[in-house]
Amino acid sequence: MAEEKNKQTQADDMPDWSAYRGVMIVIEQRDGEAKKVSWQLLGEGRKLADKLEVDLLALVIGHNVGHLAQEAIYHGADKVYLCDAPELKDYRTRPYSRVTLQVIRDVKPEIVLQGATATGRDLAGAIATHLPTGLTADTTILDVEPHPSRLLLASRPAFSEKMLATILCKQYRPQMATARAGVFEALPRDTSRQGEIVPVEFAMEEAEIAAKVLEFIEATERFDIEDAEIIVAGGRGLGGPEPFKLLQELADALGGVVGASRAAVDAGWIDHKHQVGQTGYTVRPKLYIAVGISGAVQHLVGMQNSDLIIAINRDKDAPIFKAAHYGIVGDLFQLVPALTEAVRNKRRLTENVTG
Amino acid sequence: MLHIVVCVKQVPDSREIRIDPKTNTLIRQGVPAIANFYDMHGLEEALRIKDEIGATITVLCMGPPPAEKSLKQCISLGADRAVLVTDRAFAGADTLATSYVLGLAIQKIAADFGPVHIVFTGKQTLDGDTGQVGPGVACRLDLEQLTYVYKVANIDMDNRRITVHRLLEDGVQVVETKMPVLITALKEMNHVRRAPLPGMIKAAQYQPVVWTTNDFPGIDRKQIGLKGSPTIVAKTWVPEARDINTEYLEGESAEQVATAVLDKLWETDLPERFGWQAEGEV
Ligand SMILES: Cc1cc2nc3c(=O)[nH]c(=O)nc-3n(C[C@H](O)[C@H](O)[C@H](O)COP(=O)(O)OP(=O)(O)OC[C@H]3O[C@@H](n4cnc5c(N)ncnc54)[C@H](O)[C@@H]3O)c2cc1C
Ligand SMILES: Nc1ncnc2c1ncn2[C@@H]1O[C@H](COP(=O)(O)O)[C@@H](O)[C@H]1O
Repeated sequence: MAEEKNKQTQADDMPDWSAYRGVMIVIEQRDGEAKKVSWQLLGEGRKLADKLEVDLLALVIGHNVGHLAQEAIYHGADKVYLCDAPELKDYRTRPYSRVTLQVIRDVKPEIVLQGATATGRDLAGAIATHLPTGLTADTTILDVEPHPSRLLLASRPAFSEKMLATILCKQYRPQMATARAGVFEALPRDTSRQGEIVPVEFAMEEAEIAAKVLEFIEATERFDIEDAEIIVAGGRGLGGPEPFKLLQELADALGGVVGASRAAVDAGWIDHKHQVGQTGYTVRPKLYIAVGISGAVQHLVGMQNSDLIIAINRDKDAPIFKAAHYGIVGDLFQLVPALTEAVRNKRRLTENVTG
Repeated sequence: MLHIVVCVKQVPDSREIRIDPKTNTLIRQGVPAIANFYDMHGLEEALRIKDEIGATITVLCMGPPPAEKSLKQCISLGADRAVLVTDRAFAGADTLATSYVLGLAIQKIAADFGPVHIVFTGKQTLDGDTGQVGPGVACRLDLEQLTYVYKVANIDMDNRRITVHRLLEDGVQVVETKMPVLITALKEMNHVRRAPLPGMIKAAQYQPVVWTTNDFPGIDRKQIGLKGSPTIVAKTWVPEARDINTEYLEGESAEQVATAVLDKLWETDLPERFGWQAEGEV
C-alpha cells in the first residue's frame, strides 16, 4: 500500500457498544444450495471473530435448509441461527428482511456481512435502512481494529478501481458490509467442528407477502468461471474471435476453461460470461494463463490472487508481467500451440507408460 | 393515470478520472458530468410504459444546481416534469442520508402531483457504485422492492399488479407483486432512445421544480447530509501495482519455451491434482 495505515482510530468519540458482540455472516442459498461466497465469508469472518475474541455467527434462511446450518459449522461458524419455513422457499425481500432484522435485533452482532450478489445487495440495502446503520458495498479487504474500538475497516474499490477507500461506521451498530465473491478464501470443510444451531421462528403469514415468485428460469449452460481451477484467458492481443480456439485447445489439454479481458469481450470475440476483472468475474484459480492481455488494473483486480500466474505477451514492458510468476515474452500464435502440443505429449507419454 | 418517478443522479464520468502519479490523488478537473447511465435505462423503461399504456413521468434528482443539465436531458427524451432537490445541507450524504431525502421528495411529489405507482432507480451509480439507494428508498416508503430488473413483463392497472423479470447470477426470477413498487434498472433492460428535436426545444426552455430544505417542514436535520451519514471514508489510497518476482522463461524456439513452462508446472502439485500425472510417479 502506498500509504501507511491510519493510526488507531480513537475510541473515545464512540458510544458504548458493549451489548453488540459477534461477527455474523448471512448465508445465501437457492434450492438448498449455498452460494460459494457465503463459505468464503465464513473463512474471512473467522479471522475477524478471532481477532475480536467473539463467536462467528451464521444466519441460514430458507426452506429445507437444515443441512446448510450444519455446513456453516463445518466451514467455521460457532453458532448458526436457522429459520426454516415453506414461505421462505424463494428469496423475497420482505420475509427475508423480516427474519434478518429480527435476528439482528435479538442477537446484536457487531458486524454483519453478506455476499455482494444481487440477492445479498437487495437484502443488505433493505436491512441497513431499517435498522438504521451504515453499509459498505462491495468490499474486497476486511479487517478489524482490536478492542476497545473494535471498528470494522471495510475497504472497497472506488473510481473504477483506480483507488481503494477504507470506510468506517462509528456511530451505529451493527457495522454492515457486502463483500465481493471470489476475493476471500473459504476454510477447508472440517466435519469434526462443533457448533450450536439455534432455531428461529418465522412469524409471518403468506397473505402478508405481496410478492409471488412465478418462476425461476435457470441460466442455460452454466458456465462458472468463478469456480474454474484452471483458466486460460485471452485479450486484445488475439486479434479476433478465431484465435480463441487456440486457447480452448490449451484449456482442454489442461482441463480448464477460457477467460477473457474486457477488450476481447467488448470487441465481440467472446461472451461476457468469460470476462475476468472489475466488471466481469473475480477468480482465484490454481493456474491462470494470461495470453495477449496487457494487465490493466481493472483486469488485475479480478485475477491477481490466482495461485500461479503465467503471462504470455510480446511486449516485455506489459504490466501483466508484474503480476505473473512466470513470464514469456513472445508471440502467442507460436507459443500457445507449442504449449498445447507439449502438454498433450507429456500427458500421452505418462498415460502410455501407466497404461 | 399511472405516475412514475425516475431517480436520476448526475455523476462525474468516473471512467474519465485519472490519478495524478505524483500525488496519488484524483484529477477531477475536466471530468465530464453525465446522467448516471443506469438511471437513463430506468427512464427509457418509464417512457416505454408511457408509450404503451400512458403515464406521467416525474424525474427526481438530488444534487447541486448544475445537475439541472441531466434533468433537462430527461425532459428532452419525454419526461413530463423534473424536480431538483438541492441544498448545501444535503452535501456529503451517504446512501442512508440520500434515501431519506429522496424518500421525502417522492412523498412530496405524490402530495403535490398525484399518487406514485412506480419508482425507478438505476442498479447503481458510477460514482457511489453501491446499488443501495434503491432498496433504501423502497424501505423508506414501504414500497415493494424489485432490484436487478431487466424486463417489465406486465402491468395490470385494474388490480394494481406488476410482473417483472429479475436477472440474478444464476438465472432469472419472475416476480409478480402489488404496486406501488420500486424497480432498479439494469442496462440490459432496453436501448435508450435519442432525443427528438421538439423534445430538445422543450428542454431548452424548461425550468425544473426546485426544492430546498425549506420545502420539507418536517425534515429531520440529523438525518441529512454529512451528519446523517453513518459511513465515513477514513482514507483512500492507490493500490500499489503488484510487482511479484517474475521468472522469465526463454528458449531458442517456441517448443523449447513450452518445455521450460512444463518443467515449471511439473514442479508444482498441479499435475497430480488435475490428473495430468507426473512422470516421476510412474
Ligand atoms: C470502469 C471500467 C471497468 C473495466 N472492467 C474491466 C474488466 O472487468 N476486465 C478487463 O479485463 N478489463 C476491464 N476494463 C478495461 C481495462 O482498462 C483494459 O482496457 C482492458 O483490460 C484491456 O484488455 P487487453 O489487455 O486485452 O487489451 P490491450 O490493453 O490492448 O492489450 C493487448 C496486449 O496483447 C499483447 N499482444 C498483442 N499481440 C500479441 C501477440 N501476437 N502475442 C503476444 N502478445 C500480444 C500486447 O502487447 C498487449 O499487451 C475496465 C475499464 C473500465 C474503465
Ligand atoms: N442524489 C441522487 N439523486 C437522484 N437519484 C439518486 C441519487 N443518488 C442515488 N440515486 C439513485 O439510486 C441509484 C443507486 O445509487 P447508488 O446506491 O449510489 O449506487 C442510482 O442509480 C439512482 O437512480
